[in-house]
Amino acid sequence: MVLNNIEKLIEKYENGETSLKEEAYLKTYFQQEDIPPHLEIYKHMFGYFKANQQEQFTKDIPLQAKKKTQIYSWLSVAAVAVLMLGFYLRSTQTLTTQNDLGTYDDPELAYNEVVKSLELISKSLNKGASTMGYLKTYNTGVSTVNYIDELEQSSNLIFKNNK
Amino acid sequence: MNQSEFLNIVMPFKDKVYRLAKRLLISNEEAEDATQEILIKLWNNKKSIATYKNVEAFSMTMTKNLCYDKLKSKQAQNLKIVHSNYEDHQTSLQKQVETEDSLNWVGKIIETLPEQQRMVIQLRDIEQYDLDEIAKMLNMKNTAVRVALSRARKTIREQLTNTHNYGIK
Repeated sequence: MVLNNIEKLIEKYENGETSLKEEAYLKTYFQQEDIPPHLEIYKHMFGYFKANQQEQFTKDIPLQAKKKTQIYSWLSVAAVAVLMLGFYLRSTQTLTTQNDLGTYDDPELAYNEVVKSLELISKSLNKGASTMGYLKTYNTGVSTVNYIDELEQSSNLIFKNNK
Repeated sequence: MNQSEFLNIVMPFKDKVYRLAKRLLISNEEAEDATQEILIKLWNNKKSIATYKNVEAFSMTMTKNLCYDKLKSKQAQNLKIVHSNYEDHQTSLQKQVETEDSLNWVGKIIETLPEQQRMVIQLRDIEQYDLDEIAKMLNMKNTAVRVALSRARKTIREQLTNTHNYGIK
């Protein structure tokens, strides 16, 4: 009677017409040890389904990850901002110190100062130019050296004749 | 929504997501990655979770789509996901070996089924969802689910009898 019932249920099961309750009944039936040989196959099938229900996801779930990275990214933004501010402040400071050399209020005084500094420049320029005079004597020296070439030519002629 | 609330929602079905992913992707590692991805996606969209009618069904559909994407991209790269879930075969009892072996056979036969039938078998026979729920998750018609289920069950039974009677393979 029970076997008949099971066989009918299995036929229904294979047509996909069993309800969840009926399937649960089949599952518990095939869990027992002594099952008629022609139904042995189903024991394996249902055993497999049962075994696979127990498999679990063991990896941990990384939920916090996103928040942390956000904080770090903002930290880097802040660091860059601080750096930029530092460079900016430094550069403005040095610029102001270089530019601020003082001014003359009196135009005559200013004129005198300019003349003085221009004289200084021309003086030192002339000093450099005066040393350039030696270049002339150097040139005459070089021209006399050219005579050596002529000497060599004539000496070559003499040696050729000897050979 | 804070973390513990989220976990309370997710915990009951995270294993189901993992098992469905494994059924489709076969490899343990791939399935774990897929599950993590799904959970992170849910977490990132946690504000809209309240608007979902059924978070569990929604995540199962998400899993299905993600796994399809993964399979497609693997095929495009001309790479098959190699399943290499090694186990140690240190079993002492003959009987235990035998039953274990036939259980493995069922798994291997399921792997050869088309993806849709694999999912239907997974959702129905292992996770025990209602046919209507499965239809919604997979975006199929109720009758189509029933047909796929019936075909899958018959194929499993036939192949299993073959291997047992003739010792094929």
